[in-house]
Amino acid sequence: MASTPTREVARRVFAREFNDASFTFKESDDERAPVYVLLPTGQRANRIFVVGTLTETEDVGEDSEYWQGRVVDPNGDTFFMYAGQYQPDAASMLRELEPPAYVAVVGKPRTYETDEGDVNVSVRPESITRVDESTRDRWVVETAERTLERVKAFDSEEPDEYVEMAREEYPDLSPETYKRGAVEAIESLDGTANEEQPEPSA
Amino acid sequence: MSPTENKAETEPTMTDLHTHATEIHEQFDDQIDVSVEEIEERLDTLVNEYKVPAEEARRSVISSYLDDAGMDREDLGGGGGDGNEQKKAAEVDSPEEWIDMTVKVVDLWEPRSDAVAQVGLLGDETGTIKFTKWSKSELDELEEGKAYDLRNVVTDEYEGRFSVKLNRTTTITEIDEDIEVGDDNLTVEGALVDIQSGSGLIKRCPEDDCTRVLQNGRCNEHGEVEGEFDLRIKGVLDDGEDVTEVIFDKDATEALTGIALEEAKEMAMDALDTSVVADEMREKTLGLYYRVTGPTYGRYLLADETETLTGPVDTEQALIKARSI
Repeated sequence: MASTPTREVARRVFAREFNDASFTFKESDDERAPVYVLLPTGQRANRIFVVGTLTETEDVGEDSEYWQGRVVDPNGDTFFMYAGQYQPDAASMLRELEPPAYVAVVGKPRTYETDEGDVNVSVRPESITRVDESTRDRWVVETAERTLERVKAFDSEEPDEYVEMAREEYPDLSPETYKRGAVEAIESLDGTANEEQPEPSA
Repeated sequence: MSPTENKAETEPTMTDLHTHATEIHEQFDDQIDVSVEEIEERLDTLVNEYKVPAEEARRSVISSYLDDAGMDREDLGGGGGDGNEQKKAAEVDSPEEWIDMTVKVVDLWEPRSDAVAQVGLLGDETGTIKFTKWSKSELDELEEGKAYDLRNVVTDEYEGRFSVKLNRTTTITEIDEDIEVGDDNLTVEGALVDIQSGSGLIKRCPEDDCTRVLQNGRCNEHGEVEGEFDLRIKGVLDDGEDVTEVIFDKDATEALTGIALEEAKEMAMDALDTSVVADEMREKTLGLYYRVTGPTYGRYLLADETETLTGPVDTEQALIKARSI
């Protein structure tokens, strides 16, 4: 297309890899420059798109509402999301939704360092919508494919700067783990994929 | 405006002639022994004594040197005979370039202003591009469906969309050739990750030929007006690698959301707020996967056909691919 929009792409990543993405960086010194988390397979992410099962919602706020949502992927790993007064739409969705439900979430990665020095990675949702199982399945296959492509690029002879950054920042993490997770995620759909799918509710 | 400025607009200045002379000199550099000054002098005679337009003078001077050197026009540097690049519709990617094109007139529109003689779409196998022909240029009429060699057209850009302008120096030669006009439609698949502001139930300016979207009841051009309701979605499709901004017009929006204009008006009336419509649309469509096909307009894809991607996914294919890595 003619010009490149500056909007950040929503990366596809399973929870296991996302929760390991504790390293953040900016591309410039500008205060308003976007913050990226570095995925351990060697890609930067300023936005992610997740479809999974909302298993639990809880208002963890003290003075004002602050909603936590747990969204689980086919590997059984959990994305944590938090929405407060500055994400009114997402907060009201978490308030109203009855788990379990399939949800699609567009959001920004956020990291938080605990007192023990661990880094927790979570999602600050821009939007949360209810979707059907076929959309979830499509996301699982797409996310597996994207993950495998990243693992392949990670092992390449001529790695790009983010792969090199990942090799340096995550010396103890192995992309093999994420490759295995991606294959298992597709396998979890196999067998159910040929059965009758429920009609989309939307 | 002072008389000198006025003159400069209608007649080429000495600097223009000098530029032409320099360019001609470059084209013949190796072939004949002639100085820039000599060329400029010949141009000057044609333009200022014989009142020949600069472009015509340039042609004439080049012709005579071609004869002198025993060369063909094609032998000249720059390829196009007058130094312009021959470009395809889809290749036009910067404004203010002088180019040549071989195109078919795909569509002629009603000019909105007396200053415009003709306006419409030109096409070749790579796609289409808008053209404008000024009245004051006094060029031949272009006919819809006919093919032409156009020399010396100027590219222009407005909000990321390119067009060409036919001007006083443009030459139009009809050619006996049918040009197959390419389909410049784009198909994009991805999840709808955002519905931007300015979507849902909107109001447009009712003035003739003005379809601007009103901001707080005001049109940028016509001020406060009684707007006409319309439906539109400005959405973002994202496949994890690229984002594409998509515009759904009224019909496409109704098909996508199942919300018709009348229904949308009722919803807004009940809530005393138009934003409920966009909210409802977000709820119905965000996070779902779509395949959208349509022409592009600047950075936008205009949705002609939209297909919701539901139903079973091919896990077998994905597994084979996964295990091969």
